[in-house]
Amino acid sequence: MPMSEKNGQKVWQVRTTNAQLIRWGAWLVGLAAFLYSWKEISDNTLWFMMDNVGEVVADIAGRATPPAWSFITELGRPVWDTLAIATLGTIFALIMAVPVAFLAARNTTPSRIFVRPIALLVIVSTRSVNSLIWALLLVSIVGPGVLAGLIAISIRSIGFCAKLLYEAIEEINVVQVEAIKATGASPMQVMVYGIVPQIMPAFAGIAVFRWDINIRESTVLGLVGAGGIGLALQSSLNVLAWPKVSLILLVILVAVVIGEWVSAKVRGAII
Amino acid sequence: MLELQGLTKVYNTGDKALSDVTLSIPDGQVVALIGPSGAGKSTLIRCINRLVQPTSGSATLDDVNVTALGSAGLRKARRKMGMIFQEYALVERLTVMENVLSGRLGYVGFWRSLFRKFPQKDVDEAYRLLDRVGLLEMADKRADALSGGQRQRVGICRALIQDPSLLLVDEPTASLDPKTSRQIMRLIVELCTERGLAAIINIHDVALAQMFVQRVVGLKLGVVVFDGGPDDLLPEVLTDIYGEEDWEATIEKVDDEDEEV
Repeated sequence: MPMSEKNGQKVWQVRTTNAQLIRWGAWLVGLAAFLYSWKEISDNTLWFMMDNVGEVVADIAGRATPPAWSFITELGRPVWDTLAIATLGTIFALIMAVPVAFLAARNTTPSRIFVRPIALLVIVSTRSVNSLIWALLLVSIVGPGVLAGLIAISIRSIGFCAKLLYEAIEEINVVQVEAIKATGASPMQVMVYGIVPQIMPAFAGIAVFRWDINIRESTVLGLVGAGGIGLALQSSLNVLAWPKVSLILLVILVAVVIGEWVSAKVRGAII
Repeated sequence: MLELQGLTKVYNTGDKALSDVTLSIPDGQVVALIGPSGAGKSTLIRCINRLVQPTSGSATLDDVNVTALGSAGLRKARRKMGMIFQEYALVERLTVMENVLSGRLGYVGFWRSLFRKFPQKDVDEAYRLLDRVGLLEMADKRADALSGGQRQRVGICRALIQDPSLLLVDEPTASLDPKTSRQIMRLIVELCTERGLAAIINIHDVALAQMFVQRVVGLKLGVVVFDGGPDDLLPEVLTDIYGEEDWEATIEKVDDEDEEV
């Protein structure tokens, strides 16, 4: 179709004329939508607030420095709680995600018609709700504290881990699985020898990647009362104790950087 | 003794991969299965151990009708059929030893296999086999650290440790260089002779097949069109199986004395 004849010569184009017109049209619509949104945002912005942005920022920065270094002695416990929420939350999530992933993968699910949709539903529903919202719900169910944060992180992570893991399961080399089957191995043995070794690198990568994300997510859970360093941040913000706030932000930054460094190292070592 | 009776396979797509294949292979006989790509060679050997479910017909090994077995019976029957693959099909991230011992999975319970607690006699046999194929010092290497020829030897060990009475060999040399190919073929045939094993070897290389086997079966579009000794493979026969081509060079006898296994 993209080929046509002109003066006995074969002319070739990537797309037909119609396809080309449709593409131009799509770009035009996209551009129009972008400009319209730009105008809407502009109209709804209180531009006079922007007049003294520089001053406000400078003012807050001035109040926030130097950070209240002595306050650091009180942050040990919240930081520990935050790391505990992230780590335990990831472990519990993985324990629940592994069976879900095997039920969801096309090549290992016991039933594509009944079981797989249920597993996929678990994945979608746990993934689609933000951990902050899970934490809000759980704080009202189990009360404020670390437990609520832990459960929120676990639930939120199930879908993420299970989704990546089931994609890894679907991409395994089937011949290796056939070879194990051909020895007369039982289905469970086929899983342990044929499938598990093939998905181990993916599993380890997913685990540290999610742990890394969870450290960041668990730092904010305290804002809704679910324990950890966010709780300290919340109470400092409430009393406008800017030097404490800046220290807490620094501590969070350091914790996240260390988390990323560890997960990068671990992933590098495994893959 | 392996007996195939009217074995037929029609895939869901409607492709008839095998039609009415009837063969009988006595104990200890090594058979080469030749034919063009898509002739149904892989399907045939997979229908025997039911990695592919045959549509009709039967495969009977030592008086057990494998086609009619339930899942527990099938696993038991598969123990008697060692399989060797084209791309070796080792579990890449397991060690050589684990790969060899995985040939015993049909005999060992789940928990023992999970914790790699194989019976001592299996471990002894694994070491003996690795020594036999010259890979003893590789036992603790990961499978993906080995060369092609070495991997295929590990594949052979995995098949043999099952203590099979039949070997199903799918293109064992297709991924190997010519010299390694010969070494692997020779090794397979020697081991079959040592143990009195029957074997079906799918192979593209007609000259290589002629060099090592006692019987050749030609498959074309799922039908057996030739069954005879390696010396009966005349140009007319090859034309019948593969189509028109100059076959004189292919079936020339090749000397092979200068190689060691």
